[in-house]
Amino acid sequence: MLYDISLTIKYDYAAPVHSGRQSLRLEPRSLPEVQTVLSRRLTLEPTANERSEFDDFFGNRRCDVSFTTPHSHLIYQVNSRVQRHPSGPTLDFSPPLARLPDELAAIRAMDGNQPLHFLSPSLRVPLDEIFTTYARKVVSPVMSAQQAIISVGQALHQDMTFDARATDVNTPVLDAFQRRKGVCQDFSHMMIACLRGIGIPAGYVSGYLRTKPPEGAERLEGADAMHAWVRAWCGREAGWIEYDPTNALIVEQDHIVVAYGRDYADVAPVKGVLRSAGGQTTSHAVDVVPL
Amino acid sequence: MNVPVSHAIDPAAFGKLLADYTPAKGSSDELLDANGHVRPVWGPFLKHLAGLSADEVAQRFARGSQYLNDAGVYFRYYEEEGTSERAWPLSHIPLLIDRDDWQTITEGLVQRADLLEEVVADLYGQNRLIADGHLPASLIAKSPEWLRPMVGVQPRTGKYLHFLAFEIGRGPDGKWWVLGDRTQAPSGAGFALENRVATAKTFSDFYAKAHVHRLAGFFRRFRETLLNLRGETDSRVAILTPGLMNDTYFEHAYIARYLGFMLLDGEDLVVSNGSLMVRTIAGLRPISVLWRRLDANWADPLELNEQSQIGTPGMVEALRGGGLTMINALGAGVLETRALLAFLPRICRHLRGEPLKLPNIATWWCGDQRTRNYVSDNFGKMTISRSLSTGLPFTIGPNDVLGGNLNSSNRADFSAWLETEQDALVGQEAVTLSTTPAYADGKLVPRPMSLRVFLARTESGWEVMSGGFARIGGSDDASALAMQSGGRAADVWILGGSPTNSETLIPKQDGPYVRSRPSLLPARAADNLFWLGRYVERAEGALRLLRAFHARVAETGEPEAPMTAAIAAHLAQLGLDLEQPIPPGLQATLNSALASASKVRDRFSIDGWLALNDLAHTLAAERARPGLDSEDATLVMGALLRKITGFSGLVHENMYRFAGWRFLSIGRALERAQVMCGLLSEFADAEAPDGALDLLLEVGDSTLSLNQRYAVTLSRDPVMDLLGLDTFNPRSILYQLKELRSHVEALPGADFNGQPSPLARATLELYAQLAVQTPDSLTSEKLEDLRGKILSLSEGLFTAYIR
Repeated sequence: MLYDISLTIKYDYAAPVHSGRQSLRLEPRSLPEVQTVLSRRLTLEPTANERSEFDDFFGNRRCDVSFTTPHSHLIYQVNSRVQRHPSGPTLDFSPPLARLPDELAAIRAMDGNQPLHFLSPSLRVPLDEIFTTYARKVVSPVMSAQQAIISVGQALHQDMTFDARATDVNTPVLDAFQRRKGVCQDFSHMMIACLRGIGIPAGYVSGYLRTKPPEGAERLEGADAMHAWVRAWCGREAGWIEYDPTNALIVEQDHIVVAYGRDYADVAPVKGVLRSAGGQTTSHAVDVVPL
Repeated sequence: MNVPVSHAIDPAAFGKLLADYTPAKGSSDELLDANGHVRPVWGPFLKHLAGLSADEVAQRFARGSQYLNDAGVYFRYYEEEGTSERAWPLSHIPLLIDRDDWQTITEGLVQRADLLEEVVADLYGQNRLIADGHLPASLIAKSPEWLRPMVGVQPRTGKYLHFLAFEIGRGPDGKWWVLGDRTQAPSGAGFALENRVATAKTFSDFYAKAHVHRLAGFFRRFRETLLNLRGETDSRVAILTPGLMNDTYFEHAYIARYLGFMLLDGEDLVVSNGSLMVRTIAGLRPISVLWRRLDANWADPLELNEQSQIGTPGMVEALRGGGLTMINALGAGVLETRALLAFLPRICRHLRGEPLKLPNIATWWCGDQRTRNYVSDNFGKMTISRSLSTGLPFTIGPNDVLGGNLNSSNRADFSAWLETEQDALVGQEAVTLSTTPAYADGKLVPRPMSLRVFLARTESGWEVMSGGFARIGGSDDASALAMQSGGRAADVWILGGSPTNSETLIPKQDGPYVRSRPSLLPARAADNLFWLGRYVERAEGALRLLRAFHARVAETGEPEAPMTAAIAAHLAQLGLDLEQPIPPGLQATLNSALASASKVRDRFSIDGWLALNDLAHTLAAERARPGLDSEDATLVMGALLRKITGFSGLVHENMYRFAGWRFLSIGRALERAQVMCGLLSEFADAEAPDGALDLLLEVGDSTLSLNQRYAVTLSRDPVMDLLGLDTFNPRSILYQLKELRSHVEALPGADFNGQPSPLARATLELYAQLAVQTPDSLTSEKLEDLRGKILSLSEGLFTAYIR
C-alpha cells in the first residue's frame, strides 16, 4: 500500500519565545520488510537557526532544531510518501510464555532491537503489581507469547473507554488505568506495563494511521493525530509483533511506523525546551491518504 | 622526629590514653596489630597526644572546629520537614597509614582504575564482554545508569574516566578490600582538603614536623590536566553543580574556588551550534571541559531524563559533536552497579591476564540457578541486596536482608524470595570493617572505619591522592558510618619515607609574571549579585524606618499619633506589617538576600557569607523573644543596623572590583534611590504630618550634615536638596543615580562604537532628568515618576545581561 502522509503542527505563543531547542521524531522510518520511505520532507516556519539529523539508539530518525531569534508562532510540516508492505499470514511461531525467560537469558547483544531493553520499568511505565495482577487474570502459563499479548490487548480494549478529555500527555499511566479511560498513549502504556509485568518485553510505537477507512470498514480511533500502539516480543523465532490496543487489532497495513522506544519519553514527536513568559496553543492536522 | 619504626610498641607506654582501647574480636584494627601491639606508624603521634592534658586536647580540638566553622564548612542534614545545615562532624584523630601499606593500596587502585576504563569503553562501544559471556546482557540492559544515548559516543580525550574514588576497608585478615567504585561524580575530595586543614591546625605543632604526605600537589596536577584538555585556550574549564539543594554543594563551591574554575549549573549553560557555552554578561563563551558533580541522567532533558529541571538541553549533542570533554563521561555511573563486583575479578583476568591486586568484596549475582543455590546455602554470612543498587555495601537498604538475622521460620520465605527476584538480587559477603581510634573523654576508643581514596588521570597516568576521606562510625555499629546516622569524618595521614614539601596550589613561577585574564561572570551569577545588593539595601532601609517608628512609640507611647501612624502606613506599603514589633516581611527580605548569596558562594568572601548568616540568625532569634516592646525593638534595630553596615563594609572593602561587584553595587544603588524617592514623595509632601522632615533626616542618616550646612530651622527645601539632589551625600537620589551611571557605563557592551547602549542611555536620561531639578520643582508627583523609571532600569538590565 502506498501512502501520502502529511502532518502540520502549529504553535501560537502568547508571548514571543526568545530561544528554544526541540527534538523532533515526526517522519516515518524505513523498516526492512515493513515499510519503505520513498520521499520525505520536514519544513519549519520560521526556519530553524540550527538543524541536525541523526539516528537514535533505537534507530529512529531524529531531527534537532534550535531557534535563537524571537518568534511568536512555530509550524512543523511533514510530507512523506511511504510504501507499506503487506505482512504475511500471522502464524503463531511464538513459544509458550514460560519459555521466554530462557530465550531472553541466552541473548548476548545490546543493539536497540534487542528485547532486553523493553523488560524493565521505564520513565513513563513504572512496574506496578496492579498491572501484573490484571494481566495474570487474562493469560495462562500454557498460552503462547503471542496469544498472551493478544489476550491482554483485547482485555484492555474491552475494559477501557477511549476518551480524549480524560487524560493529557502527562497523565501517569496508573491514573489513567484507575480511571479506566484514556487515549492511544494511555492504552499503549497500560498494555506495556501489563506485558512487562508478566515477563514479555514490550515497547511503544508512534506512527500514523490511515485517515479514511477502506470501503465498508469502520474508521479507526486515533486517525486525526499521531497515533501510538505496542510492540511486543514473541521469542527468538517469531520476533516482534505489533498490536494496537486502542483498536484491538494486530497491526497491518493501516499503520505507518515513525519511532520505536520503551515508552512515550523515548519517541515523543516533539520534545523541547523553550524560554518564554506566556502560554501557548497548539493545533494538529494529519492526513494519511492511500494512493 | 626520628622514632624507631622497626618494632611494635606496648600500648601501656601511652598510659591512660589506651587504657580502654580494646578492639572487637573478629575485626582488625588500625592502631593495634594482631598481637595487640601498637603499629609503629602510630608511635610518634600517640606519644604527642599522651603528652597533652585533657584541657590542652580540648583546646586543640576547638581550634580545628573553629577553623571549619569560620570556613563555613557544613553538611546538609535531611529530616522529615526538610533539610538543615549542621556543623561538620570532624573526628579530630586522623587515620594514620604507613607508606608501605599505602603503596599496596595505590597499586591496587591504579590497576582497578585501568580495568574500569576498559570495561566502560566496552560497554559503550563494542560490547565484547557481553558477546563473549563475561557479563550478562540483561544486567546492563536493566541498569538505569547505562545510558542509551551515549552508546557509540566517543569521548574527545579517548578516555571515559578522569576522576575516580574508591571506598575501601580493611578486612579481618588485615588485607585491604574494595567496597565500592565511585565513577559517576565522586564527592569528598574537597572535604578531604578541609579535613586536612582542620586536623593540621588541631595538631599544628606535631603536623609541621611529621612528614605527612601533602594533598595540594594532587590538585595542582589535576588542575593543570584539565586546563590542558581544553584544546583552544580561549575556552574554559567549569564545574557543573546540581545546585545548592544538593548535599555536597558546599564542596562544589569550595573546589571551584580552590581550583579557580567557574561553578555553573545547568541553567548557566546553553548549546549553540553544537558547542557548549556559558551565558555570561558579555554573551556566550565556550566551555570545553566540564567537571560534573551532577548525576548523568539529569544532564540533558532532551536526551536523558526529560523530567530534569537542572540540565542543559543539547548537552549530549555537544558531546556527540566532539567539542566537549566531560569528566567523567556521561554513563560512567553504570560502573557503580553493585552486581558488577561479581564479575570484575574474572573480567580482570580475562582482559589483563592478572588477578585483581586489591580484591573487591565477594559478590554473587543471583541471575543463574547455580549461584542462587550457592547463596541459598551460604546466606548466613551474606547481605542480600539489589543488583542494580549503586549504594556502598555498608549502606543497608530497607529491603535488604542480613543473612545472619534469618532463622528457620523465615528461611523458607527467603528462598522463595530469591527465586522470585532472581537477577534483581546479589549476595555479598557481610562486611566487617576495621576499627580506628576516635577520642572520647580523655581516651581513645576503637570505631569502625572506611576510607575513600581519590584518583585523577593526569598527563603521566593515574595519580592517587596521598590521603583521603575517612568515615568513622559514631558507635560500634558498622552500619552507622554515614554522617546522616551519626558518623564522623577524619583526615588520613600517609606517613613515612622522605620529607615532604609543603605544596600549595600557587604554581612555581617560570618566566616573568603575567596577569591572568579576569574571570567570566555568568549571567545567572550577575542576576543573583544584583538581587543580593537590592535585598540587603532593602533590609537596611526597612531597619532604619522600623527603628524610627519604635523610637517614637517608645518615647510617646502613642502608636496612633499622626507621625507614627504615617510611618506605619508607609511600612505597610513595603510589606512590613507592624502587627508584630519585628515584621515577618523583614525576615523574608533577609532570607531572600541569603538565598541570592548562597547561589554565588564561590564568588563571595566567606566572611561576607558568615556576616549575612549571622544577621539573619540574630533577627530570627530576636523575633522569637517573648514580650518584645518598642523600647527593645529600637535597640534590636540599632544592633541589626550595625551588623548590616558591617556586611556592606566587608563587601565594599574586600570585593574585587570586577563585573560581579558592579552588579551588586547596581542593585544597591537602584534600591537605595527608589526607596528614597518613595520616602521623599511621602514625607516631604505638603500634606505630610508634623515631624516628617525630622524623620527624613533621621532615616537618611543626614541630621548632622544638615546642621553643619544650614544653621536654620528645618524646612522642606534644604531637606529635599540634601536627600534628593546633593551629589556629595551618599543617601541622596542623585548621588545614587550617578553611581548607577558609572557602573552601567563600565559594563560590557555599554558603548557600541561611541553610541551608548539602550540601558546606558536610559540611565543617563534619568540622571539628567533629576540633575536639572531644583528642590522646589521636585514635587511628589515627579518623585513617583522617577521612582517608576528607576525600577524599570531593572528590566533593562535583565534584557541586556541576564536573559
